[in-house]
Amino acid sequence: MLRLHPYEYHRPDTVAEAIALLSEHAGDAMPIAGGTDLVPNMKHKLFTPGHLVSLRGIEEMRGISENDDGFAIGAAASLDDVAKNPLVLEILPSLARACSLVSGPQLRRMGTIGGNVCLDTRCTYYNQTLFWRKALGYCLKKDGTACHVVKGGTRCVAAHSADAATALIPLEAELRIVGPDGERTSPIGGFFTSDGVWNRRMEPGEILVSIRVLRPGPRTRHSYQKLRARDSIDFPMLNLAIRVDFETDGVVADLRAAVSGMGSYPRKLGKLDAEAVGKPLSEEVVEQVAEQAFRQCHPLANIPVDLEWRRAMVPVLVRRALAEIGA
Amino acid sequence: MREIIRLTVNGDAVETGVPTHYTLLETLRYILGLTGSKQGCDKGDCGACTVLLNGEAVLSCLMPVQEAASGSVVTVEGLAAGPRPSALQEAFDLTGAAQCGFCTPGILCSATQLLAEDPDPDRAEIASALSGNLCRCTGYTKIFEAVELAAEATRSGLAPADVLVARRGVDDQA
Repeated sequence: MLRLHPYEYHRPDTVAEAIALLSEHAGDAMPIAGGTDLVPNMKHKLFTPGHLVSLRGIEEMRGISENDDGFAIGAAASLDDVAKNPLVLEILPSLARACSLVSGPQLRRMGTIGGNVCLDTRCTYYNQTLFWRKALGYCLKKDGTACHVVKGGTRCVAAHSADAATALIPLEAELRIVGPDGERTSPIGGFFTSDGVWNRRMEPGEILVSIRVLRPGPRTRHSYQKLRARDSIDFPMLNLAIRVDFETDGVVADLRAAVSGMGSYPRKLGKLDAEAVGKPLSEEVVEQVAEQAFRQCHPLANIPVDLEWRRAMVPVLVRRALAEIGA
Repeated sequence: MREIIRLTVNGDAVETGVPTHYTLLETLRYILGLTGSKQGCDKGDCGACTVLLNGEAVLSCLMPVQEAASGSVVTVEGLAAGPRPSALQEAFDLTGAAQCGFCTPGILCSATQLLAEDPDPDRAEIASALSGNLCRCTGYTKIFEAVELAAEATRSGLAPADVLVARRGVDDQA
């Protein structure tokens, strides 16, 4: 049995009320949406805020709406709602797929897409009970000074392992964030940092309110691939999102990819376009892209699965993604 | 610190004082005495705590009780309407889908939502709907058979036992 610490629970109706509550209890308050990551983390005593500000009752954060140039997805829309939304399925299938692969069915009904984007990093030495962590002398990310993944390391390398966040990067989504000083937007590509302790460029008093995704062009294709031990419940050991823009004649105009499940943030892979632009997506080109992706990926022992296998699966996921895109 | 929580549990309106940091599962088990929903991993991996909240199967161990306030909760204790078990519960009994039984309340809740939304699911759809519920005993085969039996019984308007009798009749003629 894992008990929660005592806290006070607030259920505001509007974003403004939520921001006011977070400001009022600054330093001792956290926002909670689906709670599927925060609640287990609180049970592990990784966070012990005196006040929780629930975002689930805020109507303006829940909807998925279509406008002239794309979509606005409320950050408190559940992963299940995004995965099953007919418009998302038709126009942003890689995002629908990523959301449909998060954990299991019950968690997808509770967990939100905003929570997935703001997901805390994970590590073998972090997502454990207080008893377990204390026995090891804690770690760099929480309460300690030593890193157990990189011996002698001074920088936390806990893994980013969110599906929807990774899928949103090649889609070039834009995040609408509201805080005590007003509203700002951030491209998702610039949202993350490599600091495993706190990998979001977001202050504790701020809330991710909605996610804007532009409608892809008629010759743009996306794919999302995930590696995990079972087809349900598990976090990704590796995930990959690829976008390919084609010319009218099937020649590649641009190719972009993001990977996660390795370091502390979803990373864009470089130089893949150099292998493919100006050529059709032939078997040879696919192999060159897969090889280039493999060279850039170096999994760490931050999640409990064999490193060599996770690395060897990088080109496999690239081949699967490009086969789906080329089909 | 406690607060008054109002919710509907298995059709009964409930108003009770609950510690503010309790989950829905702790409220069900330790305040209301409904111990059918199980506390397994207690962190969202196993699905043993699955209950229906407004008809949707969710994990009660991860749900702050305030999120269920004003909602309608159905636990395994509320699946049977009246003195007889539900078709699904009877099918679990008849096919031997419960062994140790610890996962069964959660699986019954997940399967109840599935059958409410899809009266004729195929094996893959059943597996997908139950993929958030771990069972260490059965290997799932008997559970899938139970869900199929309950679906067939509901569609045909027969009791699950009568479906089995009818199936045996077909076998005998063959």
